[in-house]
Amino acid sequence: MWLYIFRRTLLLIPIFFVITVVVFSLIHLVPGDPISSLLGPGSTLDDRDALLIAYGLDQPLWIQYLRWIKDFVMGDMGQSIIEKQPVADMIFYNMPFTLRLGLLSLAISFFVGITLGIISAVKKNTIIDYISMIIALLGVTVPAFWLGLILILIFAVELSWLPVSGSGGIEYLILPAISVGLGGAGLVARITRVSMLEIYNQDFVLLLHAKGISQNAIVIKHILRNAIMPVITILGLRLGFILGGAVSIEIVFGRPGIGSMLLTALFRRDYPVVQASLIFLTMAVIIGAFITDIIYSYADPRVRDLYK
Amino acid sequence: MSIDYQKTKKHKSPLKVLLKRLAQNKMGLAGVVVILILIFVAAFAHILEPYSYKLQDISNMSQPPSLTHLLGTDEFGRDLLSRIIRGARISFTVGVVSVAMSVLIGLVVGGLAGYFGGKVDLILTSFADLTWSMPSILIALLLVAIIGPGLESVVLAIGLSYWAQYARLIRGQILSLKTSVYIEATRSLGASDFVILVKHLIPNSISPVIVAATIGVGNAIVLEATLGFLGMGAQPPTPSWGAMMSSGTAYLFISPWVIVFPGIAMMITVLGFNLFGDALVDIMDVKNRESNL
Repeated sequence: MWLYIFRRTLLLIPIFFVITVVVFSLIHLVPGDPISSLLGPGSTLDDRDALLIAYGLDQPLWIQYLRWIKDFVMGDMGQSIIEKQPVADMIFYNMPFTLRLGLLSLAISFFVGITLGIISAVKKNTIIDYISMIIALLGVTVPAFWLGLILILIFAVELSWLPVSGSGGIEYLILPAISVGLGGAGLVARITRVSMLEIYNQDFVLLLHAKGISQNAIVIKHILRNAIMPVITILGLRLGFILGGAVSIEIVFGRPGIGSMLLTALFRRDYPVVQASLIFLTMAVIIGAFITDIIYSYADPRVRDLYK
Repeated sequence: MSIDYQKTKKHKSPLKVLLKRLAQNKMGLAGVVVILILIFVAAFAHILEPYSYKLQDISNMSQPPSLTHLLGTDEFGRDLLSRIIRGARISFTVGVVSVAMSVLIGLVVGGLAGYFGGKVDLILTSFADLTWSMPSILIALLLVAIIGPGLESVVLAIGLSYWAQYARLIRGQILSLKTSVYIEATRSLGASDFVILVKHLIPNSISPVIVAATIGVGNAIVLEATLGFLGMGAQPPTPSWGAMMSSGTAYLFISPWVIVFPGIAMMITVLGFNLFGDALVDIMDVKNRESNL
């Protein structure tokens, strides 16, 4: 088991470097450069060259990459060209906001989704099944930001139960997390339903019925425990899909976070910030998938025994 | 009796079988109806819209729904219903074209990976997995930043960020098909790799891709809206549903209907594609739990 975890962890290192190369080269395809936005009116070409050299932008791309990656792994992610702050500080200031939003959204996706999925599977092909599946689908049919805006209209403007925007206590987190989480909940509900129905038709369930075990016990103790595995796997695979919604949601609710930081930086062509936040978001998704994989191999005794 | 026997033996066209099974699937049928209505509205948008979609009327700014303007007007006094009708054409086109693009890329990458295996497979599959693990909204954002905002860039960005799932699907199918006897027979008859892949393997492994693509059109429409909201999509006065919601955000508290109605239109549309896609899974009996989610 530990060997397996160790091997999987080692695999993260090359993935990290590939991501940095991809992100770095993509960023340098973006037209326009941050230097132009730094130069005041009346500045000369010499001023421009001086700035280019100061930021090392006159060097060939691969040298720029090597310099940057060396500093990056040492924890120095460079200076924001616009904000004049170390990028690392900005990341560490914004990261907790995105993490909190992401984790709460995931929890919502998981619990709402599983509940809908169970109801739907147990009441297969009844009106209850159709209704809960349509509710599950609605989460994936609209963009997260739209859900966010509608929730603001209902709960913040009409009912004034929760604040419209900003950040602070849990009350600021509820609406954004629901907006992001409902999309994932739809996904989870659909997998739960399919995978429960698949297990429902297996012989061991028939045996349990024959032994006279109650329907509820069978569903919760036997079917759900088996059905949850594919849910965990796919949740891990689609983390990026679920958390992608967080980017637009941070804008809607005016929350600080990696997503809104990335977007602002993208518009101002602030390369170092864009690079670092893209890498952090992507790595967060990959590490999330990695953790799900470990949980999966731990929770399923068949997989666990494989690596003993 | 003998006539009945003849009838059952008669070869039914696969399309007829599909249609018959579809007719029995209520949810799928509902999805088909929604898609057909959408195609109709998109095709005849210029006839159906009660006003011109770009006709501004400053004296009628931000009016709530009324008899003259069934869904109200936006901040320029433009009729919202007309813009949603016109937007159906744009959203539908964006959805279909971008998905066609990702399917094409997916077929090439997945086909090559599955057929040639070995190192080719390893490299292509890792690349696909990497794209798959990155949130597609991030890839799309970055691509739009590179090629500049606009509807064409959005189509390109969505097409380039969603192909990995199709590649995975087609690869899996080809892996299981390529050792089958009929492929061996074709090869022994002297067919080239290209012919085997394009004429025999891909047509036989396309059905899960079609299912995933149906649902993919819905996802692409949603992604277009998000990119539009972030200011990267269709530029005014082009009325894509995403662009409408985006410009309406500033007037959220004055004229909420500008946001609400395009969203509902999108909800119904994407629901339609999802229901149809789900029905196809049952009808075509494809095993692709992962792809249809």
